[in-house]
Amino acid sequence: MRVVLAEDLFLLRDGLIRMLEAFDFEIAAAVGNGPDLARALEEERPDVAVVDVRLPPTLTDEGLQCALAARRARPGLPVLVLSQHVEQLYARELLADGTGGVGYLLKDRVFDAEQFIDAVRRVAAGGTAMDPEVIAQLLSRRSGDRPLARLTPRETEVLELMAEGRSNTAIASKLVITERAVAKHTSNIFGKLQLPPSDDDNRRVLAVLAYLDRG
Amino acid sequence: MGSAALFCLTLVSLASLPLGLGWLTTPPLISLTRRYADQRRRWAHDWTGLRIPDDQRPLPDRQPGLSGHVQHCYQLLRDPATWRELGWLGVDLTAGCITALLPGVLIVLGIEGFVLPLLVWKGLVHDYEYVFLSVSDPVQVALMPVLGAAVLAASLFNTKLLRVHFRLAAAFLTPSKAELAARVTRLTETRHDAVDVSAAELRRIERDLHDGAQARLVAMGMDLGTIEALIERDPAKAKELVSRARTSSAQALTELRDLVRGIHPPVLAERGLDDAVRALALRMPLPVEVTGRLPGRLEAPVESAAYFSVSELLTNAVKHADAERVWVDLEYAEGRLRISVGDDGRGGVVLSADGTSGAAHGGAHSGLRGLERRLGTFDGILAVSSPVGGPTLVTLEIPCALCSPKTSSS
Repeated sequence: MRVVLAEDLFLLRDGLIRMLEAFDFEIAAAVGNGPDLARALEEERPDVAVVDVRLPPTLTDEGLQCALAARRARPGLPVLVLSQHVEQLYARELLADGTGGVGYLLKDRVFDAEQFIDAVRRVAAGGTAMDPEVIAQLLSRRSGDRPLARLTPRETEVLELMAEGRSNTAIASKLVITERAVAKHTSNIFGKLQLPPSDDDNRRVLAVLAYLDRG
Repeated sequence: MGSAALFCLTLVSLASLPLGLGWLTTPPLISLTRRYADQRRRWAHDWTGLRIPDDQRPLPDRQPGLSGHVQHCYQLLRDPATWRELGWLGVDLTAGCITALLPGVLIVLGIEGFVLPLLVWKGLVHDYEYVFLSVSDPVQVALMPVLGAAVLAASLFNTKLLRVHFRLAAAFLTPSKAELAARVTRLTETRHDAVDVSAAELRRIERDLHDGAQARLVAMGMDLGTIEALIERDPAKAKELVSRARTSSAQALTELRDLVRGIHPPVLAERGLDDAVRALALRMPLPVEVTGRLPGRLEAPVESAAYFSVSELLTNAVKHADAERVWVDLEYAEGRLRISVGDDGRGGVVLSADGTSGAAHGGAHSGLRGLERRLGTFDGILAVSSPVGGPTLVTLEIPCALCSPKTSSS
């Protein structure tokens, strides 16, 4: 799987290259600034792009803007955005086009190599990978809502993992329960939140986020 | 004459303040006077290049209803510029009137000196006095054109006279020395405040780093040292320590992140004030509606002060106001940033002149006082309207320049 990587700090870029290569990714290009990233995304047509939000020359949200522009030019281009901090505002912008294949994670998540690689693969496959911190913010904000308050603690856990973009199998192994139990929880959640049930992983996440976003 | 009419009407209106009616008529009259004086300022600049400074205080947003009207009137009356302009009206209708009319009178008078002898010669005028010359004496009639020429010559100095007129206006409209001195005192005060605030901030950052991230990194280093010793002897124990070291590093990162957010929020650095406020609104436990867009980026210190002010106001609304709905409106116009934060809570916030009073909002007051000091450094002002029972509306205004147009696509 071919990856375009954009990260301006040499140490981190080097570490990411080594990590991705260790998990059999092919590095199509590793760049350190916005213009190079824009060019690489256009020329290399990677299977997935891993992009730092803040990139030179502006050292503002150049990376995010590049990623959004590339996705406008090529809808569905899988992009995993990494950041030193996560903001719902940026998460919404990434999810706004509704085509999936986006991820937005704290840079710390690379500490857990397997989970991080799992997130890259999920995004490359057209799914989503939202940082637990974004989800936690969303959930805490909406906690006053009656439908959310009706969820059991277990269902809330399942909802959080679902909103991160995980599949039922992944949720089952994470919570150490059976897949059937997860399916039961999810259908309960969909019922309580009045979301139309769907098999599609990505649409499921978008539906959850759309619900959490409401109001 | 405009000055006379305005002067008299305003006086009457002010006199009827105790009767109540004055509260309604005074504000429009004062704003008319303002426009009138501003017009004179413009003329002074356009005709003679004289710049008359203007220090009318900016007014906070006007509240609807009668109480808002009275408040508006009160604020206008508290502005020394209002009284200076009124004084100037009084002078303008006498001395100013002479200096303004004299140039025209001189020209008419000069021409009259030439026309009058003709009229006398035709026998149309018999009994008339031209300045001090009488038409009954032919010699004096003959002198009339000479005087007329002299008067016309004098009118060549009209521009000087006009300057005198505008200087007169300037003398009355320019803020006095005492006010300048007061302004210097205020600047000294706000500078002290700014230094105090930033020193306290540095102390806080130092303490947070020392007790937080730094301590965690030390703990991590110690764990790593122990791991090195244990790795062969007791791999199970070493593994346990590795996971502890990882937790420490994650916590150190979280703490550093929070610290950075407290110094300079990343979204503010990356996107500017409006998106930073939107991001802030999303983090609030209540629905916060943000309206308005700024046409570009503001200077970094202003952005930062405005951001932390909004942050404080939102926190107040969430913590103390018992609000269900909060809204923020951002606006930039005529060199001023204006931000209003409103909520539908129980109100009762009072910000008195000395900033010491307190009511239902409890802890919000010291915060508002601090906020006022923070804004004071930028000559910004804070207006609070918060009747007991709500709703609360806090408006802040900072005079500032845009430093670059918006570049971000969103």
